[in-house]
Amino acid sequence: MTRSFLLATGVLLPASLLAILIALAYGSVAIPLGDLFAVFTGEASRLHSTLVLELRLPRALAAFAAGGLLGVAGALMQVLLRNPLADPYVLGLSGGASVGALLSMLAGLSMFYVSAAAFAGALLSTVIVFGLAHGTGSWTPTRLLLTGVVVAAGWGAMISFILAISPTAELPGMLYWLMGDVSHARNPYPAWGVLVLVVLLALPLGRTLNVLARGPMQAAALGVAVRPVEWTIYVVAALITATAVTQVGAVGFVGLIVPHMLRLIFGNDQRVILPASALAGGILLTLADTLARTIIAPEQLPVGVITAMLGVPVFLFLLYRSR
Amino acid sequence: MPPVPSKTGSSPHAHAPGLGARSVHEQPGPKTLLASHDLVIDVPGRADGSPLSLTVNPGQCWGILGPNGAGKSTLLQTLAGLRTVRSGHIEVQGRALRELSRANLARRLGLVFQTHHDGFPATVLETALIGRHPYLRPWDIETAEDYERARASLAAMDLADLEHRMVDTLSGGERQRLAIATVLTQDPNLLLLDEPTSQLDLHHQVAVLNRVRGIVAQAERAAVLVLHDVNLAARYCDHLLLLYPDGQACWGPANTMLVPSALERLYNQRLSVGEVDGLPVFLPRSE
Repeated sequence: MTRSFLLATGVLLPASLLAILIALAYGSVAIPLGDLFAVFTGEASRLHSTLVLELRLPRALAAFAAGGLLGVAGALMQVLLRNPLADPYVLGLSGGASVGALLSMLAGLSMFYVSAAAFAGALLSTVIVFGLAHGTGSWTPTRLLLTGVVVAAGWGAMISFILAISPTAELPGMLYWLMGDVSHARNPYPAWGVLVLVVLLALPLGRTLNVLARGPMQAAALGVAVRPVEWTIYVVAALITATAVTQVGAVGFVGLIVPHMLRLIFGNDQRVILPASALAGGILLTLADTLARTIIAPEQLPVGVITAMLGVPVFLFLLYRSR
Repeated sequence: MPPVPSKTGSSPHAHAPGLGARSVHEQPGPKTLLASHDLVIDVPGRADGSPLSLTVNPGQCWGILGPNGAGKSTLLQTLAGLRTVRSGHIEVQGRALRELSRANLARRLGLVFQTHHDGFPATVLETALIGRHPYLRPWDIETAEDYERARASLAAMDLADLEHRMVDTLSGGERQRLAIATVLTQDPNLLLLDEPTSQLDLHHQVAVLNRVRGIVAQAERAAVLVLHDVNLAARYCDHLLLLYPDGQACWGPANTMLVPSALERLYNQRLSVGEVDGLPVFLPRSE
């Protein structure tokens, strides 16, 4: 365990720094490495300073925090459901957030209320999906996935309805939000706070999660207080998903791809997978957002398009392999 | 000839539905590992049946016999605190079971389930190592000693060479031995084993049960086993609990319970009785 933990952090921490550097250096204008360092020593041109410090840095940090949160949320949900296909996006949480955000955009509210409505929508969707799937028994993975998919379809219909009745001027902003968009993220620090807090909480809980992954009865027989632990994971996963979608919109599949890749490399110890998911999720979304800014510059792609292009094949592959 | 019922207990001959339990009333002592008081387990859709007042003391190896659906697994899981009782209560080492925290309970009793679910891929060694979970605090990392215990348990179950194998590549019998190795790593006072030999070959059946007897011979240890093989129960268990499909039950020292007519009624199956090595042997008649 210690060895794979050191290996994971030893690889992923430098990679995180590198990803943020790349995000600072590339975009509509590429900044040479020397000029980038000059920005931090205060010797760069005003244009470069503004570009890096006021536009790219907050955006890169926001993308990193949101990606990290989505990665951890996915890893937590997969343990909770004992199913590698669980992901906030697949389970309809992002759909709820989208409806909340779109409704407040339609009402012409400010960005603060859009975020608050997205947060509320994600929580509402979590309560609906997990509440219905829980019923009187325990969370059976099949029932939960099906409930999530159906609820997501319901949110999808509502999204189409809102788009249909919205004034044309509102549409581009709405579509961007729906596909995931980091450009509105202004203040990445609350999300960073949540991310650090969650990783610190997840580390001591990791071994318990390892035991829980073997089924609730076996876990209880090995001394895990199953109900409180399950509710903790559930509430934490819901809150961090809501925090992430509030920042970057409905970005899908980060929580699916990241933990899966990490399990292939580092094994399945949650004490390694959870912090590694935070870092790797951050790296993935930071790079995806950089790509989204660069491919058709000066135009931007929604970052959700990039993650979906990566995520859909991975999801199908997992589904295919799981018989 | 069936052995003579002991003085303290009623003979299982006397068992009849509706008459309640026929039991040996052994009073719980200061060292009693597990005691149930008028316990009625909760089997959905079934009437209450006999209230069970069992006393499992150190050095004892109990066998639970009964047909499919009699509630053997439910009873075992209830005794482990994993299911709610319908009525009555359970004490573990003199303390009320429901007052013990899960982790505390897991240091006192360990349960091997009949079926095993492996959610995510894991190696054989990792799986045996989770038996140490109840002993570790949240921030603790498994020490070399924990690994040593896990490896010793694997060796005891003949799995030492497989420690790096993934669990999902094991055969059914190997998986079952791994589950037992995990509970050996857990090393609780009381072992609760649900059909621990159901998938094992003859040699490993004997090896597992010998190991259980070896553990029970240590201080402060006992075991309760659900078994389907009456003859293994006759050889390895000193106390038996017969659980009838309607929830009626009788229990006591093994020699008072191994009465052909009672076993025939238990399984609704005619039996031929012989004797091998001084022990009764029961075989189903085919007619």
